[in-house]
Formats: sequence, structure tokens, C-alpha cells
Amino acid sequence: MSKILSVVLISLLSACASKTIQPTSGTGTEGSSVATAPPAAAAAAKTAAINPLNDPNNILSKRSVYFNLDSFVVKDEYKSLVSSHANYLRENATAKVLLQGSADERGSREYNLALGQRRADSVKKAMTLSGTKEAQIEAVSLGEEKPRGTDHNETSWAENRRTDIRYQGE
Amino acid sequence: MQIYRPQFVFYVVIILLWLIGTPLHAALNIEIFGGGATQIPIAIAPFSSEEKLKQSLTTVVAADLQRSGLFKLIDSSGLRVGDLREITYTDWSSRGANVLVTGGITMLTNGQVEVQFSLIDLAKQTLLISDTEVVPAEQLRATAHRIADKIYETLTGDVGVFSTRIAYVAKNENKYALQVADADGFNAQSVIEYTEPIISPAWSPDGAQLAYVSFENKKPVIYVQTLATRARKVISNFKGSNSAPAWSPDGKKLAVVLSIKGGSQIFLINADGGALQRLGQSSGIDTEPSFSPDGRSIIFTSDRGGSPQIYRMPVTGDVSTVAERLTFEGSYNVSPQYSYDGKSFTFIHRNGENFNVAVQNLDTRQVQLLTDSRSDESPSFAPNNRIILYATRIKGKGVLASVPSSGKITAEFFLQVMGDIREPTWGPLRK
Repeated sequence: MSKILSVVLISLLSACASKTIQPTSGTGTEGSSVATAPPAAAAAAKTAAINPLNDPNNILSKRSVYFNLDSFVVKDEYKSLVSSHANYLRENATAKVLLQGSADERGSREYNLALGQRRADSVKKAMTLSGTKEAQIEAVSLGEEKPRGTDHNETSWAENRRTDIRYQGE
Repeated sequence: MQIYRPQFVFYVVIILLWLIGTPLHAALNIEIFGGGATQIPIAIAPFSSEEKLKQSLTTVVAADLQRSGLFKLIDSSGLRVGDLREITYTDWSSRGANVLVTGGITMLTNGQVEVQFSLIDLAKQTLLISDTEVVPAEQLRATAHRIADKIYETLTGDVGVFSTRIAYVAKNENKYALQVADADGFNAQSVIEYTEPIISPAWSPDGAQLAYVSFENKKPVIYVQTLATRARKVISNFKGSNSAPAWSPDGKKLAVVLSIKGGSQIFLINADGGALQRLGQSSGIDTEPSFSPDGRSIIFTSDRGGSPQIYRMPVTGDVSTVAERLTFEGSYNVSPQYSYDGKSFTFIHRNGENFNVAVQNLDTRQVQLLTDSRSDESPSFAPNNRIILYATRIKGKGVLASVPSSGKITAEFFLQVMGDIREPTWGPLRK
């Protein structure tokens, strides 16, 4: 019985997931889909409109933490953003986040992947220090592979030194 | 009757040389033509009836030899060779050529082509090698590469690499294609195409498989794909990032970079996945591992000393192993790749605002910059250590390039491949 139930649940969930992911998969950059995609769980609950994660007036809709050149320190201006997400994760034990670190395009792709990892790890550390369970967080890197700024200048590079917070299903 | 005597002698020499076989010449010719910085002046006469083919064979042979940096092409315009007996040696040697390549094409029935070529020592007026091959017309480029290999091997005593393959990633619009091509960039074929980035392709030592990193699952995951069957397998998808695969020389294991234990650290994993073992440990970034040819040590990039530099450590599995720093010039040295003889490694050195290909000798520790371009990446040695393949940027677009590894010839050669090219890697010798 429980097996049947879980199969039904899984297929329902995957149906939701595919519905919500499809419209965003073809549009623009990684960055734009992160900002606009509704999480699957919220869509299923038909509460997307008031989901705090997508409410533009809620700090939880802010998903990017930017870093200085050669720096991995979460700047003061992003501390409330990071702690708000940490609180949300604490209050929603089933929610999970993928922290995707990035680096600018200069130099080796693999070394930049490692730099992006450090930026993701640093946001993860700030969250776990705020009491979020490690199991709810996965810190990964996109290196220089998914740039938000596509020009080859300092403005673009600054945009690409960041960590994006993606909730599971987004 | 007297007129024909020299030609008779010539043919005896040909037969004699033929009987002796090529390995002896190889050793002989290193002295004749000189090694090191001296380039062998070579003239390549257009093959007779070559104009009937869609693809000029001699153009391919010439381009191959030139990329090695060991040959100087002598202009052959205005000179033709019909029959070998009619060669006017002085016509060629007066232009500065030491050796001459000549040959001919015969169109056979059912699309087959007979290709004959000869390599002649102009000073001694002797035939060094001669060969005939019958191939389907669509495989003529491969024939040209084999001819270039034979010429190269005869004159240098070194193994030729023109029949090997390369792999790289081509980006077209929003598509990423992992491609395999001939060593000169032609005959490109996609191994896999995807809408998400692919990086770090690495050839298995037998040339049958490619390991690579794909971002199709919102994070870097390592796959191994068999070229013949296209079958692919996830071999490393641990929590966090999985990247920078490097095959051990026996093909049984891969060094990979994982963030599963925090940071970016080097691990060893079986080529079919599983049996994870940590290699070394640092508080910094450790990445871009490359095995020594004997499999006993790896070189890698680490910022444990404050800036990214290249280190070497033994493959012991003891995490307290001390790594030795190898690079000291400049504040950014990355992407090391061992040479096949284990005597040196190539890497990217930041030179002011530029990123250039460099080579460091492991005994003398001497560093040579090989390029002066703006933004090079991903250098790797040809299986004979003579040429380095890398990617560079021209007008904002990635292109394939190669440079002789000796540092004595500064010429860079650009390979014609469509798309925005990155992450090239030279494949092993074909078995």
C-alpha cells in the first residue's frame, strides 16, 4: 500500500516538476530563470502568488549574493539576505537549496570552477552557522560556464562573481 | 646505353634502401638533417593527377609537417616531377631543399584511389622511402596523414602524430558539442550535444573513451562515454561539485576533484565508478590533476601558498603526503599537463594581463613561454611531445591552435573548426 502511495506521489511530483520547469528551460540565461521560476511545491499547493520565495516584496525573492574580486567573504549587504534564507530553511524542514557559485571568465575553467565552489561554500557556511541543517543545502559550482554578464569587461565580471540560491524544484 | 647508366645505379640504390628498411634511415637521418632548432628544408611537389581529386593530398601533408615545427617548406612552384628518373636534383637543391616528396594518384574503378609517394634525399640522390596505398576517395585525408607520419618518422626518428585525434568542446549559439576530430581539426564529429555546458574532456589511455564534466543536472557531474557505442555512464556524482577528470596511465582509475568534503580536493576513483580514495589534503583549492606517465605522481593546481601554482605529489593514498611546489614565476600558473616522456609539463602562465602557454622542464626547472597571445587555455602535448594543442581567443571567439613545444620555433598554427572552441585535448596514438 505504502509502495503504491509513494509511486503515485513520485509521479505526481515529477508531473508538477516538469510542468513548472518546462516554460523556463528555454528562456534566457541561468540568472533570469532563477529569478522568475516558481518552485514546484508551491505550484502544487496553488499558493504561488503569495509564496514568500517569489514575492518581490519579500527578501526571500532575492537570490544572488555578489562577491568582490578574489574574495569569498559574504559582504555585510548580503548578510540579511542569507540569514533570511537560512531562517526559511529552518522553518521549512523539507525545503532544500542548491547554492550555485560562479566566477568570472578570466583564467582556467577548472580553477574558476573551484573559485565558484568557494563562493557557494561560503554562503553555505553562513547558513549553517545560522542553524540551517547541512542536509538541506548542496553547494556546487558553475565556474565561468553560466555567466549572467556576457560582456568581457569589469561590469560583467562583477556580475559573475556570485552565488545563486535555487530551491529544489526551481 | 651510357645515358641510362646513372639511372640504373639509382634503381639499385632504391632496391637496396628498400631491403634495408626504414628504421635504419631514421637513426641515420637525425644526423644528416640535424635536430634541435634546425628545420629540415623539405620540398613537396604536387602529386601527379592530384588536380582530379576534391582534396589536395600535398596540402594536407605540408600543413601536417609544418605544424610540427621541424620542417621548413620549400616553394615548389614551377617545378614538377613526372617520373622519378627525370628528377633534376639541382633544381630542388638550389632552392634550398634537402629532401623532396613526390608522388602520384591513379583513379581506380569503384571509387578507389591508388596513392603512391616517394621521399628523396636530394644531396645523396637516393630514395629514402616509397609506398603505395589503395583507399576509398573519401579516406584520402587519412592517407595524407599517414604519408606525413611516414615522412616525419623517416626524417626525425620520432613517432608521427598526424593520424591521431583530438577532442574539444564547440559552442554554437546555445548548444555545446563535445567533438572528436583529426589532429588537424578536420572530420569533426559530435560525441554528444547538449544545451548545457560541457568542460574538461579527457581521453582514456587507449583512446576508446572520453571522460568529461557536464552541467546538465544543474551542477558539475563526471561522465565517461565510449566513442564506438556512444554509451555513457555517470562515474562521479557526489554531493557538491564533481570535475577535472584525469585518467591514470593504466586506464583503471581517474583522479577527480570533488567538493564532498568541503573545498575542492583531489580523489581517486575507479574508471567504472566507486572505490573513492582521497589523494592529499589542503585547506586551499586543489584541482586540475594530471598523472605522470609512470602513474606514480600527479601534478595539479593549488592555491595553498596564496596564489594558484603547480604542485607535484606522489600517488600514495596517504592524505598527509607533502606536495612539492614546481612553479615560482608569477602569481598565476594553472592547467598543468604532463608530457608523455614525463620530463616536462605544459601549463598556462599569466603574463601581465595575458594568459600564455608555457613549458617547464622537471629536471632543470627552466620555464619557456611558447605564445604571446592574449588568452590561451587548456594546453596538452601530442603523444610524441613535439607539439602542444591549446585554445586561444581571436576576436572574442575561441579557436584551436598548436605550437611546437621546443620553444625554438614561435609560430602558432590555427586549426579550422566551426564554432566557439574551448577545452581541447590531444588524444593518444592510435593502436
